[in-house]
Amino acid sequence: MTLKMNAGTQSLESIQKLNELSGENVKLCMQCATCSGMCPMTAEMDYGPRRVMHMAQFGLKKQLAEINTYWKCASCHACTVKCPRGIDIAKVMEALRQQSLRTGQNKVEPSQMSAETIADLPQIAMVAGFRKLTS
Amino acid sequence: MKISYYPGCTLKTKAKNLDRAAIASLEALGVEVEEIDRWNCCGAVYSLTADDLIHMVGPVRNLIRAKEQGADKLVTLCSMCYNTLARANQLMREDTVKRDTINRFMDDEIDYAGEVEVVHYLSFLEQEIGWEKLKEAVKAPLSDLKVGTYYGCTLQRPADVGIEPFGSYLLMTGMLEALGATVVPFAAADKCCGSYQVLGAEPVENSAAAAVINIAGGAGIEALATSCPLCEYNLGKQQKQLLAKEKIGAPVPTYYFTQLLALALGLEAEVCHFELNDAASLELLKSKNCLAAA
Repeated sequence: MTLKMNAGTQSLESIQKLNELSGENVKLCMQCATCSGMCPMTAEMDYGPRRVMHMAQFGLKKQLAEINTYWKCASCHACTVKCPRGIDIAKVMEALRQQSLRTGQNKVEPSQMSAETIADLPQIAMVAGFRKLTS
Repeated sequence: MKISYYPGCTLKTKAKNLDRAAIASLEALGVEVEEIDRWNCCGAVYSLTADDLIHMVGPVRNLIRAKEQGADKLVTLCSMCYNTLARANQLMREDTVKRDTINRFMDDEIDYAGEVEVVHYLSFLEQEIGWEKLKEAVKAPLSDLKVGTYYGCTLQRPADVGIEPFGSYLLMTGMLEALGATVVPFAAADKCCGSYQVLGAEPVENSAAAAVINIAGGAGIEALATSCPLCEYNLGKQQKQLLAKEKIGAPVPTYYFTQLLALALGLEAEVCHFELNDAASLELLKSKNCLAAA
């Protein structure tokens, strides 16, 4: 995806909303990419956390809605503990998830899970997964 | 000595091997374990959005149960329970506005302000038993076993609730060395196993778990010790599939650290419930003569 930025693509309001929901300030990010280096899930992400922070800084709301980064985030806080700017990036990812989930859309559908899968998975996998990936 | 204990949901069923070995070990060390009454699910993950207070009710209710029962410390074992309870406790201690809202919402409960301390089993062992005393209690040392301390994510992060600083593995290392095992350092001890991402994805897609096992195997580790049922699932129970799809080079059996503790203390292998581990786990222990006492 090529990112095109102009006054029309930027949503300044979305930056403020994201900061409010996460309790963080995305503009503190200096794009050092330590988060992307720490993240264990980048192999499965279309954009690493550093690039997502960049998109968030510019309020690229539409593009942010289309990427899988925060759906692949495992909330392991490796980015958070190493961020030299003190940004709790895991909270930014959670806020991005919640912005979508709060429109009533589930990322995984519990009713579609097979009985075998449910019998096999430890309870904490399901509780944690439903908390993070369903509305 | 008597302690209040919070087991959490998975430890009563699918991770019975983590729970039973832990309780039996403490009893062997002269500690009486009292499970708190009427505990409920901790929520498994801590809510990270600034406006979400309803998901604090679950963990805080458990802390209230402990306070009601006169406990000043609540020992817990599962990494995710520990993290969720400790973070909720920190919120109740530090954020007076949110604390007030939560207390008023739970008007059927006594007020709570973080009076109980949430302690992980490993910290409890170090503080109340100590590695020297543990070493003296060992009856069947794990002399021939090369173990990796797999902390995963929630034991150490974020920093203000971590059982020790990020990048440090002293607690589990201290315990395993007291048990006579050789601890082999490896670069993936605090790399996430993929966690709840196992939901809605094929296990073979879990690149994070494969990376951890490959790095451990490459470092010469024979056994991985963990404290979390989700880590054990992603690294242990899924290992056969990762191997079949050639995502990992060689198997590395996984254990709960409490199983290794119970074995070294000379307890019956039955308390370790190895039937819940992958078959390779029991095989390795047999070949290393770690089941001699049982």
